[in-house]
Amino acid sequence: MNWVEENKKKAGKTKVILIIISVLFVFFMLVFPLVSVIANSLKEGFGYYIQSLNTKYVKSALLVTLLATVIAVIVNTFFGLLAGWLLTKFSFKGKQVLATLIDIPFSISPVIAGLAFIMTFGRLGWANPILESINQALGTDIQIVFALPGVVLATIFVTFPFVSREIIPVLNTQGKDEEEAAALMGAGGFTIFRKITFPHIKWATIYGVILCTARALGEFGAVAALSKTRGKTFTLPLEIDALYLAGSSDSITAAFSVSSLLVIIAIIVLILRNFFEHSEKVKGEKKEG
Amino acid sequence: MYVELKGINKNYGDYQATKDANFGIEKGSLVALLGPSGSGKTTILRMIAGLETPDSGDIIIDGKRVNDIAPADRGIGFVFQSYALFRYMTVYENIAFGLELKKVPKAKIKERVQELLELTSLKGLEDRYPNQLSGGQRQRVAFARALAPNPSLLLLDEPFAAIDAKVRQELRTWLRKMIYKVGITSIFVTHDQDEAVEVADQIIVTNKGRIEQIGSPLDIYKNPETPFVTEFIGQSSVIEDYHRFHGFEKGNYQGAVIRPEFVEVFKRDNREFNNYIDLSEEGEIIDILFRGNSLELTVDLHGVMITAHRSLERREVKVGEKVRVLIYRLFAFDEDRAYLLENENLKGRNINIDNLESYLYNEEYDFFVI
Repeated sequence: MNWVEENKKKAGKTKVILIIISVLFVFFMLVFPLVSVIANSLKEGFGYYIQSLNTKYVKSALLVTLLATVIAVIVNTFFGLLAGWLLTKFSFKGKQVLATLIDIPFSISPVIAGLAFIMTFGRLGWANPILESINQALGTDIQIVFALPGVVLATIFVTFPFVSREIIPVLNTQGKDEEEAAALMGAGGFTIFRKITFPHIKWATIYGVILCTARALGEFGAVAALSKTRGKTFTLPLEIDALYLAGSSDSITAAFSVSSLLVIIAIIVLILRNFFEHSEKVKGEKKEG
Repeated sequence: MYVELKGINKNYGDYQATKDANFGIEKGSLVALLGPSGSGKTTILRMIAGLETPDSGDIIIDGKRVNDIAPADRGIGFVFQSYALFRYMTVYENIAFGLELKKVPKAKIKERVQELLELTSLKGLEDRYPNQLSGGQRQRVAFARALAPNPSLLLLDEPFAAIDAKVRQELRTWLRKMIYKVGITSIFVTHDQDEAVEVADQIIVTNKGRIEQIGSPLDIYKNPETPFVTEFIGQSSVIEDYHRFHGFEKGNYQGAVIRPEFVEVFKRDNREFNNYIDLSEEGEIIDILFRGNSLELTVDLHGVMITAHRSLERREVKVGEKVRVLIYRLFAFDEDRAYLLENENLKGRNINIDNLESYLYNEEYDFFVI
């Protein structure tokens, strides 16, 4: 046997071992737990499954979750595009600091984020007097902590780097040439962004939005700190936690049913992601000719 | 003068990219800004375009000072080094972009784009995306896009740098022809002297932010004015003790440049040069490069390396062979000027050789090639 064949055989063995390890890992860590969620949720039969989803609490939690997610995605997409554009196309003092600050939600525990909002907007927080004077002036009763705005704020905080982190690398590799060429022909800033810059980052943006959505749906820690009223400000993860902690076997099954809801949404998001990735690839190949 | 630069200075921090640049460009001419990288040529081009702002001085296009006029309103077309084609637009959309911005009616745009596609022989490719095109096709799209809004001045930044050598030659001829056909005043930046000499009818040589010399390619080639131009242009061997050679006396110079066309390499038994053997130097051939239509010899003249050309029609030479070398002339230079020195011994004598590569100089000097 010669040297080349021997090497090939060795590489083949390595491949098989790596595949076995990866597959086992994914099965034990991911597939089995998720399957058991679905299985547990159907333990009492499909009728009970539907029934446990059809409660006042779950409906409210689903609504709160969707509301917080939609607002967070819209705000963060807008902010992410803005920040990505700023950080790649302009140079200014403190640019590196800003880029690092944007990443903080990645590295900070969500619970701390929640507590930080309490310390800011809570009864003893420094921003509370401002909030109260606004309420007084407008005759409103806006509350942030332990209310919906708090839940939304916490969700935004936790998910805000997703879009910008996806588009910054794309914008960085693209350079400024095309924008310069367009500007030279008399295109204004917004036209340049719409016609030149955005087509480059369209897919990265969509991808960022999907990741942001997935993360917003599942957020627990930050929201837990700011949301205390079941049926009012609870999100799906909090509702699941409450059901589970109730301890009766019925409520535990209900917890699994609600969990399955999140799993299903997550799977839909994943399918969407793959669909977008695939269609981008096809488009790319078509362009390559 | 269609384009004029008056006392232009530009600094990037401590680095002076342009030092007191002054020049004028006639309407309809094709001008090369030639210099090594970092010589400030691209900065000058970008200042004319309005992509950079000079620290001081005036830029005048068509009699108007344009320093404070936006790039888009200067009536220029710009071809970028990497072409900067819009990757997510088709060829058609790329060319039409500038016209759409100017709110030209759709039918007019279509007409103009078709016209340009025809001019640049890109017909049939209008629905392709830039990454489906070859380098040469991309350059033509960039050219068409720059011309679409009918600019009166075309600026090109290293237009051939992104193309492989094989196509480059072809494109040079193409671009030159195209620019004359359209009749547009054009300035292009290049670091390649062959490119500048071949394409331009006026060359501006830059070095370290300064303009060294302005003139026609022949002028720059024949009468380099500064030490830098002398060394930079042509295939030059720089030597210090030029006065060691027959026919050259030591003057107040720092050194000299000998170009291949300034020397004649012949074998000792060459009958045509029989009378000149005493006036020639002894040399040894160190290296021979086959240049397709001629040979390029590196000859060692007792420690001084010079380059010479040799016709393939002449007798074969070998590496290590001892040959005689006759030096007709050289450029000597001092601190800031260059001077042509003729071989004193050859003055008044007619050298009667067919394949002498000194045709450039044959009218104005003391001896002739017949």
